[in-house]
Amino acid sequence: MSPPLSRGFHRRHQTPAGEEGRVPPGQYVTQDFPVLSAGPTPHTPTEKWTFSIKQGGDTEKSWSWDEMRALPHEDVTVDIHCVTRWSKLDTHWQAVSIDTLLAQVEHDAGYVLAFCDGGYTTNLPLPDVTGGQAWVAFGYEGEPLPPEHGGPARLLVPHLYFWKSAKWVRGLELLDHDEPGFWETYGYNMYGDPWKEQRYEGD
Amino acid sequence: MEGTAVRGRLTWQIATVSELTDETATVRTIDLQVPDWAGHRAGQHLDIRLTGDDGYRAERSYSIASAPGEPVAITVERLEDGEVSPYLTEDLRQGDQFELRGPIGGYFIWDRARDTAPLLLVAGGSGVVPLRAILRYRERTGSTTPARLLYSVRTLPDVIYHDELDGYRHDQGVDVIYTLTRQQPPGWTGRTGRVNAAMLADIAWPAGQDPLAFVCGPTSFVEAVAEALVRLGDPPRRVKTERFGATGTPGGP
Repeated sequence: MSPPLSRGFHRRHQTPAGEEGRVPPGQYVTQDFPVLSAGPTPHTPTEKWTFSIKQGGDTEKSWSWDEMRALPHEDVTVDIHCVTRWSKLDTHWQAVSIDTLLAQVEHDAGYVLAFCDGGYTTNLPLPDVTGGQAWVAFGYEGEPLPPEHGGPARLLVPHLYFWKSAKWVRGLELLDHDEPGFWETYGYNMYGDPWKEQRYEGD
Repeated sequence: MEGTAVRGRLTWQIATVSELTDETATVRTIDLQVPDWAGHRAGQHLDIRLTGDDGYRAERSYSIASAPGEPVAITVERLEDGEVSPYLTEDLRQGDQFELRGPIGGYFIWDRARDTAPLLLVAGGSGVVPLRAILRYRERTGSTTPARLLYSVRTLPDVIYHDELDGYRHDQGVDVIYTLTRQQPPGWTGRTGRVNAAMLADIAWPAGQDPLAFVCGPTSFVEAVAEALVRLGDPPRRVKTERFGATGTPGGP
């Protein structure tokens, strides 16, 4: 069935020339960096901050802020895509690869559940956070990551919708099964591939 | 965590515009007929999809403005640099149709059976829309949960749902407090200026009553209000927020 046409409705937002192939369906490019969060912004001082990898209730490995910052890090330039339909091209991050962190832990997990200050969680298949596809980011555009954007550190998984790039991240729980996180419990997609428009459950 | 709000696949449906109401010079409420609407909860949003004559499609999310049990309605603010909102607020006519799916979101909702604690609603500009749905739901269902709406708006003519909000009465358990940030009419004795910690200390329920707060508005507004409420002693889990940046959702362009 063809959709009803809205007479007089037409495109006003032009995708930057030559970059059409970088914008997933249903998205538009913004220069802003909008913020979406379910609650107040937590403010965890870096001296109290840790990043932990947990498995079966045990903490396998934990890094302090200084230890995390001492790990090899990368300057990452990526496009990001929010489920609320904005995309932002060529964002620059300073980040530690999840590969670097997982290399220090023995496991055979198939999934991870990221956990955060404020109680937020999100689920990801392990193959999506390894192989140079995911990071713990602490710098944005050359500055410390601001609290409202997830500072001191957030997950960065740019090939999935941006709710998977959990703000205020404090660790990963290694799991042998896929378990819905916060927004996934409220009807958002378990995986969230922007190129397949996997916004909600069943998409 | 509350139960899942969305079950199974959300399918696109055809919505027909049944009524258009101008709320302010730039804000319009659109009442919709959606034959297979499964119902919604107070505070949820929905997606609409417009298809132009040339086949160009755009999707946006909007907060649902009507109470559970009422026909679906959205309230849209025209953003001059927007793509969808100028069409919805200027060109759309009664009887027009477009695609819609929802409801979406299960966190920023008020559940009248579960949430019986005093209710604080804090709105910035068009952030009042989902909070209006909560107040209407409370009213429709005869809830006695005490509620306060603190509504920050530039000028009095910018107040959305003005007559409706003025109809709420203190002796029926609802207080509506406007704060006018840019300009006040002559003789205005109400509050002025941006919502700040002192204003919230005055208006918010004591933390000891375990109040539940819903805060909706632009990012900077929500950041400031949520932080102030936490400083006043509200646990972060009792402060639910919905933010929109210049291009975010709900009430996006």
